[in-house]
Amino acid sequence: MKSTTIHPVWVRVFHWINAVAVILMCMSGWQVYEASPIFSAIRFPASVTLGGWLGGALLWHFAIMWILAVNLGTYLALSICTGRLRRTLFPLTLRALITDLVAALRGKLGHSDLSQYNAVQKLAYLVVIVDIVLLILSGLTIWKPVQFPVLRMLMGGFDNARVVHFAAMSVLVGFFVIHVAMVALVPRSLLTMIRGR
Amino acid sequence: MRSTKSTPTLDAASIIKDAQKELQSSSRRLFGKRILTLGGLALLSGCDLTNEKSVNHLLRTVSSFNDGAQGLLFDPRKLAPTYPDSMITRPFPFNAFYDIDQVPDVDGATYRLELKGLVKGKRVWTLGELSALPQCSQVTRHICIEGWSAIGKWGGVRFSDFLSRSGADTTAKYVALHCADDYWTSIDMPTALHPQTQLTLTYDGNVLPAKYGFPMKLRMPTKLGYKNPKHIVAITVTNEFPGGYWENQGYNWFGGS
Repeated sequence: MKSTTIHPVWVRVFHWINAVAVILMCMSGWQVYEASPIFSAIRFPASVTLGGWLGGALLWHFAIMWILAVNLGTYLALSICTGRLRRTLFPLTLRALITDLVAALRGKLGHSDLSQYNAVQKLAYLVVIVDIVLLILSGLTIWKPVQFPVLRMLMGGFDNARVVHFAAMSVLVGFFVIHVAMVALVPRSLLTMIRGR
Repeated sequence: MRSTKSTPTLDAASIIKDAQKELQSSSRRLFGKRILTLGGLALLSGCDLTNEKSVNHLLRTVSSFNDGAQGLLFDPRKLAPTYPDSMITRPFPFNAFYDIDQVPDVDGATYRLELKGLVKGKRVWTLGELSALPQCSQVTRHICIEGWSAIGKWGGVRFSDFLSRSGADTTAKYVALHCADDYWTSIDMPTALHPQTQLTLTYDGNVLPAKYGFPMKLRMPTKLGYKNPKHIVAITVTNEFPGGYWENQGYNWFGGS
């Protein structure tokens, strides 16, 4: 049985908790953004936001943040300690990335073995992990600019930390759209993330 | 234990084959459709989740927990960044829960600041007496909960000095601030004693204008705007949680960095 498990149970638990947390963080974050939009052209309609008003959205944002951070921290600790991160997402070479990207764009990238990620997948998963870490760090800067002076400096000051937070959110949403589209193309991958094989 | 070991190992291909057989193409499509619909519904209903009483109660509980966590995280020695005068935001934005034409008109001559609660010393202060105390000034960033920020220059009395001169019990938990416009908020004692927390009497070198809180406001660069009350007429030192105008509606009570 063990040999056929593609995603161990802790990976699946992490994945789904993370999925829910990320969606709730985005929806409540968009409501917060609406209180003082950074870009006048980018607005979020009430139908996609959570919390109803600024105060309500912040209650959600500051509650779910714990789940997002603890879940990601646990995942990173487990996947680094078990060697799974290294095994599944590395090695990642530029050559393999180009080959697989070209194949993907021509619709010729095979998915016969779901336990092996292709180079484009590896990059996408690495990017989204780093991106969520960046979201947490920029969020921490916006929340506690006085307590974290080093983070504040790295983010380019308080105002810029908001821009970083927004940009990282945009990358996350971009990943989400492509990720869901890919799952729709290869529905078996949804099954493996639910039952592990 | 032995019997499980002897069962033939299943391989991925056969399981997928079985699953595919079970889910005939039409039912597969329906399954997919239903999952999408369910997801969509869950997302849509998310907007109404906050109206749910139990959910709201849970969120408020987490917010109180966050107050505690932020209190632990707060390092009273960490200072908010200060800026050169050239970086002051001009004009500095007016912000309140009402329009600028409704700014309270406080008479400086008859103004009295009243101290209540755990205070042993002087309980009533005139504007002249406050102005006679040692003054300092700071150019710091005012951050609104909405996300925008602006740099301003405030002058006045270091609040910790004022509290000790008044004989306030600085071992108390809270300082509540009551305003002429019926606004009120409250802060934790460590923030009240923070070196940058200022009983503010001037803005940019001039007497504090009405729109920025005449005759007196509390300026805390470690707190968000709604924790920086204007037109303060009374201060209470207490161990009983005082809440606040916005805080009681859902803004986080600690509300700062």
